[in-house]
Amino acid sequence: MKALVYLIGGIIFGFGLAYSGMTDPRKVQGFLDIFGAWDITLIFVMGGGLTVTLIGYHFIFKRHSPIFTDTFCLPTNKHIDKNLISGAVLFGIGWGLYGYCPGPAVAALSYLDSDTFLFVFAMLAGAYLQRRLTKTSS
Amino acid sequence: MTMYLPALIGGMLIGVSACILMLFNGRVAGISSFVQKLLSKRPSQETFNSALFLTGLIIGALALYYLDGQRITPPESNPVLIIVSGLLVGFGTSLGSGCTSGHGICGLSRLSLRSLTATLCFMASGIATVYIVRHML
Repeated sequence: MKALVYLIGGIIFGFGLAYSGMTDPRKVQGFLDIFGAWDITLIFVMGGGLTVTLIGYHFIFKRHSPIFTDTFCLPTNKHIDKNLISGAVLFGIGWGLYGYCPGPAVAALSYLDSDTFLFVFAMLAGAYLQRRLTKTSS
Repeated sequence: MTMYLPALIGGMLIGVSACILMLFNGRVAGISSFVQKLLSKRPSQETFNSALFLTGLIIGALALYYLDGQRITPPESNPVLIIVSGLLVGFGTSLGSGCTSGHGICGLSRLSLRSLTATLCFMASGIATVYIVRHML
């Protein structure tokens, strides 16, 4: 059942991404171009997402446990460290350069464009590199 | 204003997905985490669950395409730019433990200060990057 939730959750998420226009890198870069031709579409996407999730989480966390599992698996790290900041900054640069973040990029694979496959491949490579670097230093 | 209705609805669907994942499986809908789980040396149930969610993303976008023919052709771009961008997104989300869904939607909804910091940082660097590329180079 848990597996089905992942699949259905993914389908709803992917549909939402495509319906909102976020699978179009131009729209994302348009939002980031606040000093130029500013496209505020992403604000509505984030707004819609945040409203539903804020309210939803508020009620969900009143429960002592999720429905199909025993505990809420939430991130425990509360430190704002240099990894968080530098990681976010690097992610933002990549995001700004092309206009894709992980979700839209994976969803856009459905359009079968070679550029998207190249991006996702590079994204996997980048994540792999980061994990390797962490392993060699620890 | 109605031209932004699809964006709002799409965003709300993303929120619904995040709530479903948390209510039933107790998990944050963080796409970059799911992507990274695919890279695990020892595939586990987590790897499989992540693959299911990511497959769902593709199916969801495909469903919309079949419903109303909505498909996006990305703009012509230099392959080097695409590779560099992808590398940075992959590296950065791994280092920073999240992306726009994990930090931006789920993290902020949990009132996480870490996620707020991360979101402000990637928004700022994204805006700065576009500014430099479009208005300075």
